Amino acid sequence: MPIVDGALIGRIFREESGRSVATLIRIFGDIDVAEDAVQEAFALALRRWPVDGLPPNPGGWITTTARNRAIDHLRREARGRELSRLALPVDRSDDASPGEVGPVQDDRLRLIFTCCHPALSVEAQVGLTLRLLGGLTTGEVARAFLVAEPTMAKRLVRAKHKIKAANIPYRVPSEAELPERLRPVLAVLYLTYNAGTGGPSGDDLRHEGIRLARILANLMPDEAEVAGLLALLLLTESRWAVRFARDGSLILLRDQDRAMWDRTMIEEGMAIVRACLRRNQPGPYQIQAAINAVHADAASIESTDWSQILALYDQLLALAPTQVVAMNRAIALAEVQGPEAALAIIDDLDLDGYHLFHATRADLLRRLGRLDEAALAYARAATLAGADAERAFLLQRVELAQSATER
Amino acid sequence: MPRYLLSAHTVDGQAREPMTDEQMQHSWAEIQALEAEMKSAGAWVFSGRLHDADTATVVRESGGEILTTDGPFVEAREHLGGFYIIETADLDAALGWAAKVTRTISAPIEVWPFADTAGG
Repeated sequence: MPIVDGALIGRIFREESGRSVATLIRIFGDIDVAEDAVQEAFALALRRWPVDGLPPNPGGWITTTARNRAIDHLRREARGRELSRLALPVDRSDDASPGEVGPVQDDRLRLIFTCCHPALSVEAQVGLTLRLLGGLTTGEVARAFLVAEPTMAKRLVRAKHKIKAANIPYRVPSEAELPERLRPVLAVLYLTYNAGTGGPSGDDLRHEGIRLARILANLMPDEAEVAGLLALLLLTESRWAVRFARDGSLILLRDQDRAMWDRTMIEEGMAIVRACLRRNQPGPYQIQAAINAVHADAASIESTDWSQILALYDQLLALAPTQVVAMNRAIALAEVQGPEAALAIIDDLDLDGYHLFHATRADLLRRLGRLDEAALAYARAATLAGADAERAFLLQRVELAQSATER
Repeated sequence: MPRYLLSAHTVDGQAREPMTDEQMQHSWAEIQALEAEMKSAGAWVFSGRLHDADTATVVRESGGEILTTDGPFVEAREHLGGFYIIETADLDAALGWAAKVTRTISAPIEVWPFADTAGG
């Protein structure tokens, strides 16, 4: 039997709180009521479980305990006031018996569409998703995005107020609305993963991004782009362990020890990519996953099928014509047609504030033997990647996701 | 049921190409049709188009006295040009009407929830 300590309960919290919060929001129609009650239930678990042992179904215990707590509070507070004042528009059409704790339709699906509603800012969408579905504390969310905790707290309070005041619904969008509404959801999960590629709580955020993408892929098996996102994250993560040298410096793809890539993740990612190809409903995440699958399939940088990668980037650029995609396509072009052709494209891009732009340019200049220019470009990249680079990088990612959202 | 204000803003000095009579009639007919659609869906509460901002007057209290001055209150380039008040189940339904309005009048629409009906 596992030792029931704070660490184990913390892990259970991370796994289960999203589902409990989502269920309680459906029952009570109020985010704050749900959040507070679930917090209280876990506080109780921290006292009880080490003494009594784990209940057979910890998640169910939390949800039931939280529901009972919330009912107690509301009864005490109500004193004649009507409970119906707390009303988020909830679609109960698929509930057999409202108020019952049970998995009718997974409430987390409703919750993620509310958190990622396009009427909320991208920053608020990410913050709410990590807080409510990921079970991160406000402090953890703030640290992930390098903002002060009070700033993040204010952002979350504002977003929750808007959900209530404007009656943002707690509902999975209809088939017709789905493509438009899914886009910000996928962007938020992608941002969550990316926020974990730098910053102090990196591992947690990357795992959280993958965990939420997996949940979404299970809940929406008909959406090819959701599967594509999960595959993209798995294939990217498969290389994580060998991305950095002992001194913390970045190891480029060409220098990585491919034997150390995580084969389990690669196999899962590749299987999803193959299924997506059969389905033949391509989208930006699936194509990026396919690009990563080509890398994962190659024994070395030299034996990589770069023309295949270039063809995929052509397809991606047609769907998502952003500067960063054009830059990455140019990197593939350099392997197929040489650095000169790639540099011509790179020099036309307007990505001056992006350190990887300068690093890419520097590499091409170096390969062309234009070493003085290369050194200048490397210096520019290093300056940008210095003190405040993570912040700038994250902000840029936010903007990119935003532009992809508004595309 | 929650109520929303859909407000349409006009920008000073950005008068569009004057419309021909025919275009004007067509545009008017479209607006009428949309309003009829809102009414038959039970969403329409009230709507109106406003005169230019330089026809507005500001009334305020200052030191116990009422001061009346030539308006508008906020000296801005953008002013409220017209609005709808609608009643819908939730924000998504309101955003759906806003999409139809912006297509009809080719101006951005701001969607504001009313404070007294939504519990906020």
